Amino acid sequence: MKELFILGVVTVFTLVTYYLVEPFAHHTLHKHVESEAFAYNDLSAITKVGDAARGEELVMGAGACTGCHSINAVGISAPMDAVSSAAAYGVNPPDLSNAGVVYDEKFLNALIKNPAHALAVEHKFDANIGEMHPMIPFYGAGGDIDQEVADMVTYLQSISVSSEDLTPAMAFENACGRCHGLKYNQWTQIGNKGSFKHKRDELSFDIQVLDYKDSLKAYMGKLPPDLSMYIRSRGEHYISTFVENPQNYFEGTSMPRVGVSADTAEKVIEYLKDAGDTKRDEREETGKYVMIYIIIFAIFSVLWKKQVWRDLH
Amino acid sequence: MANFTKATSIYDWLNQRLAIEKVEKVLGSEYWIPKNINFLWAMGMILVVTFVLLLVSGIFLLMYYQPNVDTAFDSVNFTIMREVGYGWLWRHVHGVAASVVFLIIYIHMFTGIYYGSYKKGREMIWISGMLLFVAFSAEAFSGYMLPWGQMSYWAGMVITNLFAGGSLHADGLVEWIRGDYVPAQAFLTRFFMLHVLLVPLAIIGLIGLHFGALRIPHVNNLDGEEIDFEAESKKYLAGDKAGSKVIRFSNDFMSKDMMVVGFYLVFFFYLVFYHYGFAMDPVNFDPADGLKTPAHIYPEWYFLWSYEILRPFSTDIGLMAFAFSQVIFVALPFLDRSPNAVPASRRGLFKYWFWAMLIDMIALTAMGKLPPEGAFSTIGFVAAVAFIGLWIALPIITYFEKKV
Repeated sequence: MKELFILGVVTVFTLVTYYLVEPFAHHTLHKHVESEAFAYNDLSAITKVGDAARGEELVMGAGACTGCHSINAVGISAPMDAVSSAAAYGVNPPDLSNAGVVYDEKFLNALIKNPAHALAVEHKFDANIGEMHPMIPFYGAGGDIDQEVADMVTYLQSISVSSEDLTPAMAFENACGRCHGLKYNQWTQIGNKGSFKHKRDELSFDIQVLDYKDSLKAYMGKLPPDLSMYIRSRGEHYISTFVENPQNYFEGTSMPRVGVSADTAEKVIEYLKDAGDTKRDEREETGKYVMIYIIIFAIFSVLWKKQVWRDLH
Repeated sequence: MANFTKATSIYDWLNQRLAIEKVEKVLGSEYWIPKNINFLWAMGMILVVTFVLLLVSGIFLLMYYQPNVDTAFDSVNFTIMREVGYGWLWRHVHGVAASVVFLIIYIHMFTGIYYGSYKKGREMIWISGMLLFVAFSAEAFSGYMLPWGQMSYWAGMVITNLFAGGSLHADGLVEWIRGDYVPAQAFLTRFFMLHVLLVPLAIIGLIGLHFGALRIPHVNNLDGEEIDFEAESKKYLAGDKAGSKVIRFSNDFMSKDMMVVGFYLVFFFYLVFYHYGFAMDPVNFDPADGLKTPAHIYPEWYFLWSYEILRPFSTDIGLMAFAFSQVIFVALPFLDRSPNAVPASRRGLFKYWFWAMLIDMIALTAMGKLPPEGAFSTIGFVAAVAFIGLWIALPIITYFEKKV
């Protein structure tokens, strides 16, 4: 039938244009990075089985982790508040309560021994030219360093919540939230802004955030972006592969490889969806009903046409 | 003063005052349309439906949108997308309709070109249609500024820069258009005004003109046949509906229109719910930042062909080629020298001209988005030259066309 042929021609030209302008152009414009499933293949494998009790002693030991990090889960608070810490180190060192579940095990092992290497920021922090990463490498407590590191990681894992109990918000706050704000969920680099009864208190909170951001900006070179709409501006695949290793996209960027586990990465994405695409379930649901309605409308419109045109042929 | 009698019904009361019976005949039941048409003749109705969707969704968005450089981005992405009940739906309908309306406009245009519907008294239909195209382009561009994302800002920067006229350096004109040295508050507020008031008014006026221009020459048909509408409508009214070459606008033509609209809406709402990404550029979900130029700046797909005519040349020649491409379609009825008002397939060389123009514009569209490097740059250049060449060739090939 002639009319179907014409429809076919219109459809083909439309689809060719669509293909060239969308999938083909995107493929050409944007670098495609394959996911490595958060395997961190470049880091060395773990050879030792850790002992949590021994690890606890090392983590709590003089000049060890708790000199800078808080571990709220076991009642150890931070030596300084977030703003002062950022002024001292550039960024507030993370609380280690859930580090054992948020970060990949292999990554944690490598991080303790050589932070700049594990974080993939050796281009920025090179001890040979006097640029030390603010986190000091663990040089060993006298025994087998690999064993000691494994013990510390095992200890951190033993105090963490289980991965089922790690919420998307916790994952984001731990892994991303000390550098990135997310204003659509009221998140600032120093915590949830919440609501204030007095303007004065709100202003004082805002000033703290500004001070923190100043330190962060000096440390990173620019203020890390707010991630509220990143799920729409970058998309799931980009965010996931970028987090896996930012160097894959921007060689020399100051954003570190965060070292999250695959599970944490999924939760971070979930959290970003809860910020920038909150109505995704409603969209699916409404879409179904609208499609059903409109298909019924189309059927009736065909029947009406047939009825009207019966006499015209 | 007319003679009013006591009304026998509400209908009669209204009829005495508004002549609704006559109006209904003129606009509907005795507005005669050729029977020999296909689904492409329903594009006008699809455009009306899409325009209404844009208008209604736009009204809802307008209730929450804030034309302020500090709050515009959040009023769209936070307030409308998260806080307002079904705000996301209105936005996606508005965004998708704004893109799809151009697809339908292009189909409508190329239908007109193919069937010669711009000739023999139908010149004003074509010209008013092209004015509508310009108005819709202005509407699309001004609307694209409003979310105040990165692409809004930088597209605003690039497009307003065109008015400097290259070597003319009319920087004063650019500043006058922007109301500032760079796109800022004055720029956003005036494009907001253009988008929600002045351009929609122009569009509504032009739609009236476009419909009015149809009355005297009547709608074209599949064979470009000159129909005696007077005689054929008498035949229809006498009861020979099957033998008459014309049909009523309503409900005969309308029912066919609505059938096509029904199919179209299935396609449209599929896009709204499940495939909206093409109409909402990801880059525009980054807030405007005058200190950070995006890696690639490109317009929405429907402007790509004219963008690509601008790009492959040096500044001044590019601007001239661009200006040429913007106005040349209006002159189509006068550049086509052939007296034949029949489908392109029966028109000698014009048949090839039509398909070459269509393919050339698709090539330009594709190259307009790709980075101007290597083969893309060459194809873009060739396609841009071919576009100009085709228009120069048009009067010549149609002048020598044999009368059918």
